Amino acid sequence: MSNIGSYDERLKNFSWQIAEKELGWKPGDVLNIGWHCTDRICAQGKGSKVALHWEGFTGAEKTYTYNDIRLATNTIGAFLRGLGLQPGERVCLFMDRIPELYLGFLGILKMGGIAQPLFSAFGDESLFVRLSNAETSAVVTQKKHAPKVRKILDKLPHLRHIIVVDYDGVAPLKDREVAFSLEKAAPVEKFGVHPTLAESPSVLHYTSGTTGMPKGVQHVHYSLISQYLTAKWVLDLRDDDIYWCTADPGWVTGTSYGIIAPFALGVTQCVLDAGFSAEAWYKWIEKRRVSMWYSAPTAIRSLMKAGDEIVKKFDLSSLRHLASVGEPLNSEAVVWSEKVFGKPFYDTYWQTETGCIVIGNYPGMEVRPGSMGKPFPGITGAVLDPSKNEPYPAHGKIGLVGLKYDWPSRMRTYWNNKEAFEKKFRGGWYITGDRSKLDKDGYFWFAGRDDDIINTAGHLVSPFEVESALLEHPAVAESAVVSKPDPINLEVVKAFVTLKPGFAPSKDLDLDIMNFIRKKLSPLAMPQEIEFVPSLPKTRSGKIMRRILHAKEWGEEIGDTSTLEND
Amino acid sequence: MAIEGLKDIVLKYVTKEYLEDDSEPLTYDTPLISGGIVDSFSMVSLKRFLENKYAIQIPDDKATPEAFDSVNKIATLVEEFVAKK
Repeated sequence: MSNIGSYDERLKNFSWQIAEKELGWKPGDVLNIGWHCTDRICAQGKGSKVALHWEGFTGAEKTYTYNDIRLATNTIGAFLRGLGLQPGERVCLFMDRIPELYLGFLGILKMGGIAQPLFSAFGDESLFVRLSNAETSAVVTQKKHAPKVRKILDKLPHLRHIIVVDYDGVAPLKDREVAFSLEKAAPVEKFGVHPTLAESPSVLHYTSGTTGMPKGVQHVHYSLISQYLTAKWVLDLRDDDIYWCTADPGWVTGTSYGIIAPFALGVTQCVLDAGFSAEAWYKWIEKRRVSMWYSAPTAIRSLMKAGDEIVKKFDLSSLRHLASVGEPLNSEAVVWSEKVFGKPFYDTYWQTETGCIVIGNYPGMEVRPGSMGKPFPGITGAVLDPSKNEPYPAHGKIGLVGLKYDWPSRMRTYWNNKEAFEKKFRGGWYITGDRSKLDKDGYFWFAGRDDDIINTAGHLVSPFEVESALLEHPAVAESAVVSKPDPINLEVVKAFVTLKPGFAPSKDLDLDIMNFIRKKLSPLAMPQEIEFVPSLPKTRSGKIMRRILHAKEWGEEIGDTSTLEND
Repeated sequence: MAIEGLKDIVLKYVTKEYLEDDSEPLTYDTPLISGGIVDSFSMVSLKRFLENKYAIQIPDDKATPEAFDSVNKIATLVEEFVAKK
């Protein structure tokens, strides 16, 4: 029997109080995610249970019990407090998937700070935009990533501390840098966890926007309620599970379901800090006896590409339940997983802004390969007619995915950008920016984005941000960035570029521009293809018409071109 | 067929393009993909460099994370395709 039991029965009797009661919380009480994920589990008598098995790319291993993570997060929280950091200040985590990332996240929450995880492959421009917008006070990082912070330090007056967690004493520390070693620090047995309340800010994740710069999605400690229950009912996490979430905590899946939910449930999870390879992943599942595996379509398609034979080399019989998130999971991948693993991947749908799974496929419910599933109990979702911002009266029509905005882990605002937050609502519905249709039984079927945002390997990339960065390259006069189809990553970035006088298209220039964007923004934002063109399609008022280029890449109808310049 | 200077060229390129100024030096065997120095997206630009430099085409099914995981492995791959020219 699965944790959710009958989906239909849960719909009838649902209340978020189910999670509140299980977590021992009631309105008005102190609520601190860091405490709930560590001290509370120890208080249940599970202090000696393994919380985290970690392995690095060199094969180094570390194992932490729940008591270990309680002490480690106390120690980190005390260190941050000792630096003079105050509750509400933003503390960025800019690290690979090392234990300090997971423990640092909870330590920041325990001292009342707002955790701001950023993907460690971000280039200095991406880093600057996000640290500047958040007015971040401290960055916790590794010596290998510290140089990126140093490059932009002069432009960040709010940044007081750069905490290097693996300082080896070889080169002297630089301006504002301080060393912290979790292994060498004296464990703090008793720590005064900051008494945050349900609506106290907890986490700030940045997400890409269509036209503006990245926006900080601000969550609160009350998000725990729905992260806990969705992990229990959708991911079906159980006390004896060995759980592996493959997401990096630089992104929301890696924090909601890679830190908060599994630790709040007292589950043992494992983390492999190594790049992707099919062999390494299967070996990890076999070695750790992973029973619940939460991954992403891009990874699943990469595993499909590696073939069926390699699967047979490993004992993967420990796998009990599989789920996926990040982009639509194509039906072929669901069918393939049933063939090679003997069970399907259950697709789940949510966003940085939603904070938790809002639509999903549930254990015990029929999986329709290629479908997003049905709304989580307690969450009202609909397909809206974009002309009326009301649900379509009948199924089958493609419209906007809208959600009634009333579940615990919904974002509370975009950081310093209330205007952008308010634009997310129409007719009383939160507009996700995704399009889908409903079938007659209420399953949602993804149909694409409603804007120009590019979803590459489950990560959103703003064309505006890439275009802005391209203009800083000395050879680029103008650019337009769109998605192009990709069999593994769903979409990848493609740039159309016109050159300044004195520059000519060449293979070397093509590579130079790719690397320029990779280093400035991130590998995800790097155009995988650059097309040099003499001019870009524009409206008569001079606005670049991305949709024409997009249609060309996707083999779609170009549509109305009446406003096209020189038409 | 060993190509003279190939490993040093790749090592120098990876160091220049993928590492920060004061990073620890690479060796021919440093894990690039599994070590997180080059990810699957960055592999595209590394592949493009090799194709431009040695006038070869490496098919996607040969450009695997395993084949790109060290300078030594990359050199073996490039030599295979140069020999086929």
